[in-house]
Amino acid sequence: MNEALWALGRGTGVVSLALFTVSVLLGILNRSGRPLFTLPRFSVALVHRNVALLATAFLAIHLVTLFGDSYAQLRLVDFVVPFLGAAKPFWLGLGTLAVDLMLAIVITALLRGVVGVRVFKAVHWLTYLMWPVALLHSIGNGTDVGQTWFIAFAATCSIAVVAALVWRLSRGFIEYQNVRVERAS
Amino acid sequence: MSSTADTWLFPAVQAPVGTARLTAAPAADYATHQSTFGPLPAHADSAALLAALRDSGLEGRGGAGFPAWRKLAAVPARERARRRRVVVIGNAAEGEPLSQKDATLLLRSPHLVIDGLLTVAGALGAHSVYLYAQASVIESATRALAERADASAIELREAADTFISGEASAVVNALAGRAPIPQDRTVRLTESGLGGRPTLLHNVETLAHIALIARFGAAWFRSVGTTGDPGTRLVTVGSDGHPSRVLEVAGGSRIGDVLRFTGVDTGSLSAVLVGGYHGAWLPAYALEARLDRADLAGFGANPGAGILMGLGERRCPVAVAAAVASYLAGETAGQCGPCVNGLPAMAAVLGRLATGDRDPGLPGEVRRLAAIVTGRGSCNHPDGTARFVLSTLTVFADDVTAHLNGHCRKDHR
Amino acid sequence: MNLRTPEARGPAAALLHIDWTRCDGRGLCTEILPELLARDDWGYPLAYGYGSAGAGSNVPVPDTLLAAAADAVSLCPRQALTLVDP
Repeated sequence: MNEALWALGRGTGVVSLALFTVSVLLGILNRSGRPLFTLPRFSVALVHRNVALLATAFLAIHLVTLFGDSYAQLRLVDFVVPFLGAAKPFWLGLGTLAVDLMLAIVITALLRGVVGVRVFKAVHWLTYLMWPVALLHSIGNGTDVGQTWFIAFAATCSIAVVAALVWRLSRGFIEYQNVRVERAS
Repeated sequence: MSSTADTWLFPAVQAPVGTARLTAAPAADYATHQSTFGPLPAHADSAALLAALRDSGLEGRGGAGFPAWRKLAAVPARERARRRRVVVIGNAAEGEPLSQKDATLLLRSPHLVIDGLLTVAGALGAHSVYLYAQASVIESATRALAERADASAIELREAADTFISGEASAVVNALAGRAPIPQDRTVRLTESGLGGRPTLLHNVETLAHIALIARFGAAWFRSVGTTGDPGTRLVTVGSDGHPSRVLEVAGGSRIGDVLRFTGVDTGSLSAVLVGGYHGAWLPAYALEARLDRADLAGFGANPGAGILMGLGERRCPVAVAAAVASYLAGETAGQCGPCVNGLPAMAAVLGRLATGDRDPGLPGEVRRLAAIVTGRGSCNHPDGTARFVLSTLTVFADDVTAHLNGHCRKDHR
Repeated sequence: MNLRTPEARGPAAALLHIDWTRCDGRGLCTEILPELLARDDWGYPLAYGYGSAGAGSNVPVPDTLLAAAADAVSLCPRQALTLVDP
């Protein structure tokens, strides 16, 4: 039973990272204002949101299953306050940090109408911190790091996000950018 | 201060006769003001003031020309409902480069403006009172406010030096310490304006007329001018080679008469720009039109803030209009996409037409862009700019054709 | 049914107010409400019948499109849209 929980904990962590990666890519696409092939813009926005929520759900399972694991030796405080863990405190702490950031990002996104566009936007930028922190946690804490499949997985995710970032920073990233006058605000 | 004491100190004063009303006082000081117009009567309640303004037919002199009583009528109900006291603002931002009448009024008759502010503020039991004026009149306004004891509550603020600084929500933003640019509104300022309070903003000339209506009544106000445009109005009149002058004229005066009075040879004009850069052209054949809503409606113009700018027949109207459109494009607040992108695009196409591009599609493209920007901003800057540009294409259709044929021989300086 | 002419839409159940100071022309509303909105040269929403008074910033929404308009309001990435009474 303990073995099953351990496997579930690891598996959900990997799936969560994969889904977060997809959500980051869709978020960047969303910001560009472009549709995804035949998927209209508002659908890109909705899929971006739903994939992120699904990733959050997998993350929750990841946390709960590992809480019951004897090897990880997690205490409740480790879910909230980073770098206090008993085993591998630094790498575990990165995971805790990613969870904290994720909570802030998801809550402000769901309450966008309440907190306003400025707060939403400022907090949403933290995604660019959360995603690499989560990736580092998976590499430093994961037990599958030596495995070829994991290396391929981590490399694919990294290349995809870096490529999306390069596009994000390029001129003409935003639809109509090349025909618009820069706005003062 | 008690008004009975004032009445006792100053004998009854005759109401001004003729068209010199706002300009009746020979000097700007308070003593001359009081001896010319008499004391400001005890504050009327808001219902009495509202009735007097409605009977007078006074229209706002800031440009939009809404009946002055309407704003007043919009406030008291809200005020009662929310128990929030009103903010009253006198607006002399006068960002329009062709207009000088608000500055002139504050230099010549600042106490009428102050009287108007106090009359409205008193009738509404205002929470705070502001005078928002351009830099050139701050000194004179400060002096006037210091001359009298009843004006200590009026807060004088310097206006931003931009074309759109006088837009109502831009004024409110500036007074609130924010950037002096317009704001999107789904509720009126009379419901929620400065600090969330019901806010009543009047042009300073409107306030000066209110000060006189409070003294001499609605019937006196209507004794000059036409039924369509009662009372007098300040106009800024100029043309090529003639420096602009500010005059007080009877409402509904003939535009040609006003121009000739300032020495302009109307025979040498191809058109007159009525209402400034957001206004419209009145072609030479129509110069005997009256300066009132009915006569000007056909040309898309209105008396507005009283600007008359003659264009000499030697000047190329297309080149003049392109320069104005380019200036207006640069005066966008930079907030609204259609204005930020549309005005420079429209000005650029008009500029191509002015500088000799003979592409026959240019006028149509100007019209298309004008239609796209109209009504798609948080203030009327795109609308006013489009109105001016469309008026140019209509009134100067022959000059546009001459440009397309490469035949324009007019002065392009 | 062609809703692109104002006559075909019937009376407005609400007005879709565009706050131009917020709008960034991302195009989501024009996908959700193709019956009412197109995009201009720069990608900003352009109401069909924009020439009629006020319709450029306060787009009349017929009863049948009220739900879609509410979606557009909640999905606008810049929160530039609100539904107001006609």
